[in-house]
Amino acid sequence: MKKLTKILSLTAAMAMAVSALAGCGAQKATETADTAAGTSAAVIKIGGIGPLTGPAAIYGNAAKTGAEIAVEEINALGGDIQFELQYEDDENDAEKAVNAYNKLKDWGMQVSLGCVTTKPCIAVSSEVFSDRIFALTPSASSTDVIEGKDNMFQMCFTDPNQGIASAEYIKSQNLGTKIGIIYNNSDAYSTGIYNKFVAEAQTQGLEIVSTQTFTDDSANDFSSQLNAVKAAGADLLYLPIYYTPASLILAQADKMQYAPKFFGVDGMDGILTLENFDTSLAEGVILLTPFAPDADDELTKKFVEAYKAKAGDVPNQFAADAYDCVYSIYEAIQKAGITADTSAADTCEALVATFTSPEFVYDGLTGTSVTWQTTGEVSKKPKGMVIENGVYVGMD
Amino acid sequence: MTFISNLINGISLGSVYAIIALGYTMVYGIAKMLNFAHGDVIMIGAYMSFCATTYLHLPVPAAIFMAMCVCTILGIVIEGLAYKPLRRATSLAVLITAIGVSYFLQNIALIIWGSAPKTFSSVVPFGSLRLFGGELIITAESIVTVLANIVIMVGLAIFTKKSKMGKAMRAVSEDKDAAELMGINVNVTISVTFAIGSALAAIAGVLLCSAYPVLMPTTGAMPGIKAFTAAVFGGIGSIPGAMLGGILLGIIEIFSKSYISTQLSDAIVFGVLIVVLLVKPTGLLGKKIAEKV
Repeated sequence: MKKLTKILSLTAAMAMAVSALAGCGAQKATETADTAAGTSAAVIKIGGIGPLTGPAAIYGNAAKTGAEIAVEEINALGGDIQFELQYEDDENDAEKAVNAYNKLKDWGMQVSLGCVTTKPCIAVSSEVFSDRIFALTPSASSTDVIEGKDNMFQMCFTDPNQGIASAEYIKSQNLGTKIGIIYNNSDAYSTGIYNKFVAEAQTQGLEIVSTQTFTDDSANDFSSQLNAVKAAGADLLYLPIYYTPASLILAQADKMQYAPKFFGVDGMDGILTLENFDTSLAEGVILLTPFAPDADDELTKKFVEAYKAKAGDVPNQFAADAYDCVYSIYEAIQKAGITADTSAADTCEALVATFTSPEFVYDGLTGTSVTWQTTGEVSKKPKGMVIENGVYVGMD
Repeated sequence: MTFISNLINGISLGSVYAIIALGYTMVYGIAKMLNFAHGDVIMIGAYMSFCATTYLHLPVPAAIFMAMCVCTILGIVIEGLAYKPLRRATSLAVLITAIGVSYFLQNIALIIWGSAPKTFSSVVPFGSLRLFGGELIITAESIVTVLANIVIMVGLAIFTKKSKMGKAMRAVSEDKDAAELMGINVNVTISVTFAIGSALAAIAGVLLCSAYPVLMPTTGAMPGIKAFTAAVFGGIGSIPGAMLGGILLGIIEIFSKSYISTQLSDAIVFGVLIVVLLVKPTGLLGKKIAEKV
């Protein structure tokens, strides 16, 4: 009897250990980007970190490919400024991200592209701040990433801005009056957007009829959340979450024959690339994202073509953000007169001054007249997209 | 009506836990070891079925059969390579090995299928059942899972009670050494146990992913832990206990999400488990085992 209880308590402890570690088991992948033929000595070294393996790999690989395309284009121009890009894998894990950052520092990184996802980027941002290395993250959107760090910048909207923009957009486009929300309360990204959305919804006079949560460990069954939202009579379901749980929510709502308007943010981007996903489930899903691959301006067309040639599919906004990161750094480096011999610390001060100066305005894939505040936050306009017949279509 | 709808959702979630718990409890009951890799065998089974239907375009029954065959072989190989050499080792050593096997399988899946999630198409060909003019919807997957549970539970109970191999299994479970003295081949018996447990894992994997259609290398991990909890809850080693534990766990989880708080649901589930184990340390239907000193 005693022995059995002992075994059971031990196994319970083991179970906890396993669940805590679940999801960490992925192989290391270190990849160096192609650089212009024959890496000469006079190159500026850019380091990027992102989940190249693991459940969030789709974001990391998209950002890496986007940055690679920009670097190849810039190097092909043959100007004085030549880049060398190296991407390290963090598996969406803060500790591994810091290891990856140290590795890049040893390699001689002068400018950092931060991390792709929020949690690792928060950890790395305090490192870049104390080491005085300039960093511009393509997509880590929490305010915790930039808060109190003058040399940490964002290419994407901050989470609060996404929440605020969502509420404004829903109101201005008259998309719904009774709003239900399902968000992941174990995730900083999701919670950050949710908090600001609720505050802004109040000032906009939107009625939130039901708020439901889930955690990373209970992201399988959404029947009770959907039942509650449905019972509350929500006509718009706001999903400030990533696309993997969102795909389950869409499938389960379909089975329940519950069809409100679904409204997502940039984490929803990627849902159409899920292998074997029935895209008809996502029909009519609205999402706010700064980049539309179907836009017909020259820059977007050229980028989409280059991305298709390189990765075989249509780029998402993470790829476009990373592309814009490299180009805005390129423009700022030209403005500030930085060369390959400038030390990382001097580069950092010069880039901070350039990025925050009012004359520095960047036009790119993810927005025109993009500017940065001294906090590191970006200012640009979000675009609403709706999924029609399995592709994004601009709403305005 | 919301109450009934929640109850049904609880039963369907619980039946998924139950079908996984049956595999846990079967192996524990006979081999007296916790096969923590069970959740990952489930994941392999689901991937096999996914590949068979998506890439090889096999019909669903053939895909399930293929998944069962692969998982059965996998189960026997794992047992032979990882657990058999540790037959006389402490239970803790076997437990750690099982966790190792679990990570091994997850990483193998990462290498073969990559990390991007895949969407599993349901193997159940018919649609949801609608009652009371659409007020109450029961998904076809949950009906099939509940039925599969009952069939497997009854089948396993008859098999262990009546068949020769089943009797040998019970004998090995009671006392390995005495069973050996009576002429029972303990190694073969335990291998067969793993083979059956792994074939069940393949079915569980297919049903799990039909109900919750996202397939990743970590798909089996969390449901595996919950199912293990369900097996302990119902009395580990007891076949009806696994089913009861699984379904109760599902109902408690959905009810606490719906009526108390979505944020506290896991805390409530595990709180109930602690209370049950305090009152009845062997679980709801667990047998009292007199330990030899």
